[in-house]
Amino acid sequence: MSGPRLRFFTFAAPPRFYSLSGSLLPWLWAAAALLAAVGLYIGFFVAPTDAQQGESYRIIFIHVPAAWMSMVVYLAMAAWAAIGWIFNARMASMLARALAPSGMVFTLIALATGSFWGKPAWGTWWVWDARLTSELILLFLYVGYIALVEAIDDVRRADHAGALLAIVGAVNVPVIYFSVRWWNTLHQGATITMSAAPKMQSTMLVAMLLLTFAFWAYAFAIVFVRARAIVLEREQDAEWVRGLALAARKSS
Amino acid sequence: MTNHSIRTVLSAVPISPSIDSTFHVSEPHLAARGLACRRGTRLLFENVDLALRPGELVWLRGRNGRGKTSLLRLVAGIATPEAGEVLLDGTPIAANGERSRRVVYLGHQHALKDDLTSAEALEFLLRIHGRRSDRASVDTALEHWDMLGQRNTWVRRLSQGQRRRVALARLVGEHEASLWLLDEPFDALDADGVQRLNTLLLQHLQRGGAVLLTGHQATLAPTLRARELDLDDCAAA
Amino acid sequence: MSSPASPSLFAALFVRDLRLALRRRTEALLPIGFFVVAVALFPLGVGPEPQTLRQIAPGVIWVCALLAAMLSVSQLYASDFADGTLEQLLLTGGSTTLIAAARAAAHWALTGLPLVVAAPLFGLLFDLSGAALRVLALTLLLGTPVLSLLGSLGAALTLGLRSAGVLVILIVLPLAIPALIFGSGAVAAVDAGLSASAHLSLLGALLIVTALGVPPATAAALRISTE
Repeated sequence: MSGPRLRFFTFAAPPRFYSLSGSLLPWLWAAAALLAAVGLYIGFFVAPTDAQQGESYRIIFIHVPAAWMSMVVYLAMAAWAAIGWIFNARMASMLARALAPSGMVFTLIALATGSFWGKPAWGTWWVWDARLTSELILLFLYVGYIALVEAIDDVRRADHAGALLAIVGAVNVPVIYFSVRWWNTLHQGATITMSAAPKMQSTMLVAMLLLTFAFWAYAFAIVFVRARAIVLEREQDAEWVRGLALAARKSS
Repeated sequence: MTNHSIRTVLSAVPISPSIDSTFHVSEPHLAARGLACRRGTRLLFENVDLALRPGELVWLRGRNGRGKTSLLRLVAGIATPEAGEVLLDGTPIAANGERSRRVVYLGHQHALKDDLTSAEALEFLLRIHGRRSDRASVDTALEHWDMLGQRNTWVRRLSQGQRRRVALARLVGEHEASLWLLDEPFDALDADGVQRLNTLLLQHLQRGGAVLLTGHQATLAPTLRARELDLDDCAAA
Repeated sequence: MSSPASPSLFAALFVRDLRLALRRRTEALLPIGFFVVAVALFPLGVGPEPQTLRQIAPGVIWVCALLAAMLSVSQLYASDFADGTLEQLLLTGGSTTLIAAARAAAHWALTGLPLVVAAPLFGLLFDLSGAALRVLALTLLLGTPVLSLLGSLGAALTLGLRSAGVLVILIVLPLAIPALIFGSGAVAAVDAGLSASAHLSLLGALLIVTALGVPPATAAALRISTE
């Protein structure tokens, strides 16, 4: 009969991730910078002025990718956290934790840029548009997740509790979005409409796409940086980390 | 100096020669292999083996913080071990449907609610574990510990020793050859209480039951012939 | 001498919770007291103009009910966790989901149900019509169980933590927003002379889904928090 089985997958996952992410990082930063530069240039200087909204509409080139990313990152966070919980995979849990702050930042950017977009149209700094309000609630979901995992001292319990909360949140997101849309139409609320947005000319689409990819590259880069820090902190007693520390000390 | 080698607790001689011979002495009721426990990011202990056979009493010793309560919780199946497994009659304990019937776990805190009377608190605990919880059974149990006079006293008015007596009253009605997992059962008991508990333990062992308990003081009666498992020797690096 | 039948475990736990609350009547009524004070603050803050008050009434009453329900929920498992009862409950072999459901049910009976009774009385203070008051009571009847269920999930996740009280509110409130929207929306609709049937159906559907999905999640949370 086989010996007692270890419950955690203690193989190469963290060190492999560490070295792989380390080699990818420079490329990711370069891609993010390049794509952002080109995308912003096209969006702010090349794309034509809109008939209705003038120059102010250009903020959507940042707003839309940011909003997109805030959603995608939440789902990715929930998925990785779930994998970490169900399969007891430490690396997956560490990735989830690394994703959360970035997701929150994207949400904040989306909210701020959404506010800037609404100001010229409605004259106020905030408009209870269905999408913006849903974005605000998404911010609350992020805050709740981060608050919960930070409040729990035991790392494994924090990871698993966060996973459950993230899953419950992810399942609730469609319900919340639907109810907010319902609420908005009932009360004839204001809308920062995408449908009233300028018809998408090809240059605008190109700018939007480029910036979306730039955000993706940036997200990968920053999440990798954070995840690497988490890996080092959690695995500090492991051989390979000690080896790295020794090497760093020798070379400095 | 830490010891990582596997500590197998050798099979012990049954306590009482009058044990029913239908029990297979070599078959452990409960077997634990290679248990490791984590606290925070460090391992408390690893490679701990344990077996409880009919008529055996194992006394879990060790300094504060060594993981005695943690080990007991692992054996009861409340907590999941970092490594290793606990088998009750051959099946993993957490999934074993017989666990509630076969195992009695008394934690260090007595699970008595302050705002209930002793009788109500005891009745609740007996009831949720599927034991007989009618008035007669509850009163018999309290009577055994000389607590019948306090049956209608609020738990918060009882002293620590009295609360311990009420908590231990759950053991009175146990007549199956069950496994008792007791965390510091002698805590706060006076000499009279210690004697009553020793008697209960002896009777239980003679029926073919098994006991795993923790405690600092050597208050176990010598007649119980306890086997010791010292966690100071199992500490991880 | 086998494990207790499931209904028996549910009943034992439910009865025990009610008995404990009855012995601490003042504490059990604190959330209602909070509700009363909070609701009374709004006219003081907003001004006594009847038209305004009637408009904000459904939202105000619902939000205050939401907060009142969340106040007592973090204590749901704390006492059992501290004195070792939770361990014993988890050892009974009974379904943890059922234990979670029993606790949520007891919380609703002690906090939600009094709110259902008290709220329409306050609706009178805001000059809501009779029909609106009836719908208010109905939406609270459907919505407060949802709040108790979500709250018990939050309490299970934050078991034993120092700042559990505020943390539960932070975690649960975003999830409770759909109930808030449908509940207060129903009352506003009736007050404006429209039908509230769509709101009520949605609220009812929300209740069913929550009642089926949250207790298992709470059971998982309990296991995570006690391992």
